[in-house]
Amino acid sequence: MSYTYETATRDFDPVFGIEVHVELNTKTKMFCGCINEFGSEPNTQVCPVCLGLPGAMPVPNQKAIESAIRLGLSLGCSIRESSRFARKNYFYPDLSKDYQISQYDEPTCYEGELEVVLDDGTAVMIGIERAHIEEDAGKNTHKGGGGGIQGADYSLVDYNRGGVPLVEIVTHPIEGMGERTAEVARAYVATIRDLVKALGISDGRMEQGSVRADVNLSLRAKVAAGEDQSAVPLGKRSETKNVNSLRAIEAAIHHEAGRQADLLSVGKPVVQETRHWQEDTKSTTPGRSKEEAEDYRYFPEPDMLPVQPSREWVEELRGTIPEHPAKMRKRLQADWGFADMEMRDVINADALDLIADTVAAGAKPQAARKWWMGELARIANEREVAVSSLPVTPQDIAELQSLVEAGTLNDKLARQALEGVLAGEGSPKAVAEARGLQIVSDDSALEKAVDEALASQPDVLAKIQDGKLQAAGAIVGAVMKATRGQADAGRVREIILQRAGVSE
Amino acid sequence: MTNWSDPTQAVRATAAQMADALEAGDVTSVQLTQAHLDRIGSVDGDVHAFLHIDTEGALATAAAVDADRAAGKDLPTLAGVPIALKDLLVTKGLPTTAGSKILDGWVPPYDATVTRKIREARMPILGKTNLDEFAMGSSTEHSGFGPTHNPWDLTRIPGGSGGGSAASLAAWESPLAIGSDTGGSIRQPASVTGTVGVKPTYGGVSRYGAIALASSLDQLGPCARTVLDTALLHEVIGGHDEMDATSLDEPVPAVVAAAREGALGDLTGVRVGIVKELRGDDSGEGGGYQAGVKQRFQESLDKLQAAGAELVEVSCPNFEYALAAYYLILPAEASSNLAKFDSVRFGLRVETGTIERTMAATRAEGFGDEVKRRIILGTYALSAGHYDKYYGAAQKVRTLIQQDFAAAFEQADVLVSPTTPTTPFKIGERIDDPLAMYLNDVATIPANLAGIPGMSLPSGLAPEDGLPTGFQILAPAHEDARLYRVGAALEAALAAEWGGSLMEQAPELSTNKVEVSK
Amino acid sequence: MSSLERSDVARLAALARIDMTDQDLDRMSGQLSAIVDAVQKVAEVADSDVVATSHPIPMANIHREDVVRPSLSPAEALSGAPSTEDGRFRVPQILGEEA
Repeated sequence: MSYTYETATRDFDPVFGIEVHVELNTKTKMFCGCINEFGSEPNTQVCPVCLGLPGAMPVPNQKAIESAIRLGLSLGCSIRESSRFARKNYFYPDLSKDYQISQYDEPTCYEGELEVVLDDGTAVMIGIERAHIEEDAGKNTHKGGGGGIQGADYSLVDYNRGGVPLVEIVTHPIEGMGERTAEVARAYVATIRDLVKALGISDGRMEQGSVRADVNLSLRAKVAAGEDQSAVPLGKRSETKNVNSLRAIEAAIHHEAGRQADLLSVGKPVVQETRHWQEDTKSTTPGRSKEEAEDYRYFPEPDMLPVQPSREWVEELRGTIPEHPAKMRKRLQADWGFADMEMRDVINADALDLIADTVAAGAKPQAARKWWMGELARIANEREVAVSSLPVTPQDIAELQSLVEAGTLNDKLARQALEGVLAGEGSPKAVAEARGLQIVSDDSALEKAVDEALASQPDVLAKIQDGKLQAAGAIVGAVMKATRGQADAGRVREIILQRAGVSE
Repeated sequence: MTNWSDPTQAVRATAAQMADALEAGDVTSVQLTQAHLDRIGSVDGDVHAFLHIDTEGALATAAAVDADRAAGKDLPTLAGVPIALKDLLVTKGLPTTAGSKILDGWVPPYDATVTRKIREARMPILGKTNLDEFAMGSSTEHSGFGPTHNPWDLTRIPGGSGGGSAASLAAWESPLAIGSDTGGSIRQPASVTGTVGVKPTYGGVSRYGAIALASSLDQLGPCARTVLDTALLHEVIGGHDEMDATSLDEPVPAVVAAAREGALGDLTGVRVGIVKELRGDDSGEGGGYQAGVKQRFQESLDKLQAAGAELVEVSCPNFEYALAAYYLILPAEASSNLAKFDSVRFGLRVETGTIERTMAATRAEGFGDEVKRRIILGTYALSAGHYDKYYGAAQKVRTLIQQDFAAAFEQADVLVSPTTPTTPFKIGERIDDPLAMYLNDVATIPANLAGIPGMSLPSGLAPEDGLPTGFQILAPAHEDARLYRVGAALEAALAAEWGGSLMEQAPELSTNKVEVSK
Repeated sequence: MSSLERSDVARLAALARIDMTDQDLDRMSGQLSAIVDAVQKVAEVADSDVVATSHPIPMANIHREDVVRPSLSPAEALSGAPSTEDGRFRVPQILGEEA
């Protein structure tokens, strides 16, 4: 029997971990003054240091250390008082010194936790083991044999990205998520991505590789109800690399769970190994099998001195941490009085900022939500664009809403005004004026229109007097039509009832 | 009185005298530089101090200095005085080999900071001198390009790893040289060639552009024939460098002033500590030192005492671990530093199928045996399961050595010992016994482990073989000036006894113009 | 006694990417074994409370500002390379996984 993700997580207990690499957006590289920019001509952003020339020496980038500390603080980590860089020694063409400068047993940030909120509002705490600073490698391009490394004839190396600052965030193993494992993993990485963007330390673009994830997964036997699941030893885990999108994270876990369950269910062992995610086949393939694990021979980097951030500086940086996204959302939801489902829809539609800005411009939260999630979402959908790219600002919407509340426009007229704004005719006030959109509230005009309508539908008055108040609707409709929708419908109804000599 | 128009006399002057003569207009830099180039042409076929000679570049620099001097421009103190650079220093546009075939033909695209400082000091660079491959050795026999010969006796080693620099001084091929010292590679060659060499306080001279051997031990340093010359050069190359994160952020110590003061010969109030474990008694590491070495050492102590110094005996008991710790720390750091020689971006490539196999074949062919030995030893010292026992433990020994020095420096202002256990041995004598070779460094290594500065200056010829012996002075970290004060005093006292410098007693080299093969 | 075995030397040489012939291994194993025996006396202090020194002079917090410095020109960067193509360093076939 071939396991699916659902059956695998039903029959086994999944435990997972994620390593996220965040590329920092500093101006220069981690250990040299070469520019840190994406997409340039090969080997135009290299120097003796990042090229690994004999005699060159690294000097750490102050800004990168600062960014790493801020990230660590956002993750609730402690900041180590003294940490040394370490060399991770291995040979590879894209590693210009044939060692990577990283941190080993003295990561700058350690022991934190991050609250991750799932789509349905469930909050999960993810334990963070460490966040450390290291440098990125260059890029290999494989030639011949279809572009991949298998079957390539030779490779070309560009060191432009070699030496770019990275922060690696490692979680503790996360247990007990069951069938929500993939969902939690995805949400965790999304949260990290949002966090680094909010901190301003990275552009957080997975598709460009500035946030990368390696996913570890293992399965263990599921215990009976009432027994202690955490007493069961962890299974052998696989590490899946090259997972370049949030969707791929979920898909990779789905695949791995099934693959491992298939093995375990027939008594075969899961090999502890590195695997690669293949986007086209939505599966993982094994990495090169090694006779023995690479021995990185870590030792403290002798060319640089310990990083010892003062406690004062750390506290100063703590003051620059923006509010945690999940906390901010909770606070806004409470302030705005949105129901959970309403809030969730807003977040999923990426409309949080739009609504916040509209509220800041003076609109009531529910009104703002109604506009952005209602009419504007509909229009955006029609035009097949994101609602945030419509040519209307939160200030516009606030103004529009204020016109409705002032009684100048009703809902229908407001929508017409909106059309005009979207067409570039100007602000809502300007459009309403130019198009002559205004609720008619002049009683004599309304009375005249009501009388005309009653005259053309004589039996309605009798019906109303008879107690069938809903018959007034036909007159209201007629008056609205006659006034091109610009009558104040409520007032019209009042006048009709007056004429009938009836009260509500 | 030097007759500056006689090149053979000109090259026998000191750098200080050359600087004065240039300033006074008694000689031009082109004349001086040419005289040295001629001397190199005459003798280097036998000495083989140089791996590369830059005739054109040196003369161009000299000519520019002469022109500026004639135009009345202000020039740095040593402007126009030639210099040789150990081929461990990266020089833009000039080949740099580190004494290894793996870099044969490499021309760096950048200058080391020290190279830049020398250019800014307007000193003509005569060329790059020979060394043990990647500075690993004590005899220069491990050079990938053949050994250097000691000008005192061409059948003997000039010391190592910086034998080329020391030999160039002793052969009058250059008045000044830059060396590097990781475990004694400046001091030991100075000792066996009758010249002066200083290892500054760790971080006192920038390492940016010095091809790294053991990053926590390496230091570049000045080499010359006199203490004053060494001090003048020290002030050119020393100082903070933002490109070297381990460089000291403090001004260069006032070593020239200290040398001048010392030369006046008064050491009243200076406490000189004799390190019991480095005296060379039979109980020490590796057994006793050569008799003549001990004799000259004792005579030098007498001179210091006569100059007013107080002699005390100190003990540094953890020095018994120093050699072992050194031969773990150095290979470990070197094994990592030398990984970059992988055929990809520079240097030799022996293409063999895949990149992995190419790397392995290239390194097999490009590295000599000593380098391979140390890389393997270092890989072992760092490997999983062995780190704590080897590299980790060696780093603890370092702390103990520092503590020993700290205690000793409470009782003494400087510490002294013979620089090396023996006078220079014959080429080929120890090459097949690595451990025997390592014993050369027993007195010099502790200073590198602790990061403190050290000097070697000539203490006379050993009576039994007529070969140079060296006197080592050590000072606390940051106190490099003390070396120069005490060294200059000793030098003056010995010169008074000898009627001149030790170098004046060096045998004449045959000056048949031999084809200098590079 | 933890002398270095010949097989250890072979494994270490592979880890350090240095080809060794049988003669190399024969010659070097003995020498290396002797050296390891000589240096392992440091293990006598391994368990002590002594703190390890990785930098001889106590300093900390040396960094640089996040300011751009000139890079090498591509010509300079590639100048020492045994083989280049399209402005990149050319290397023979790499086996194994994507970095």
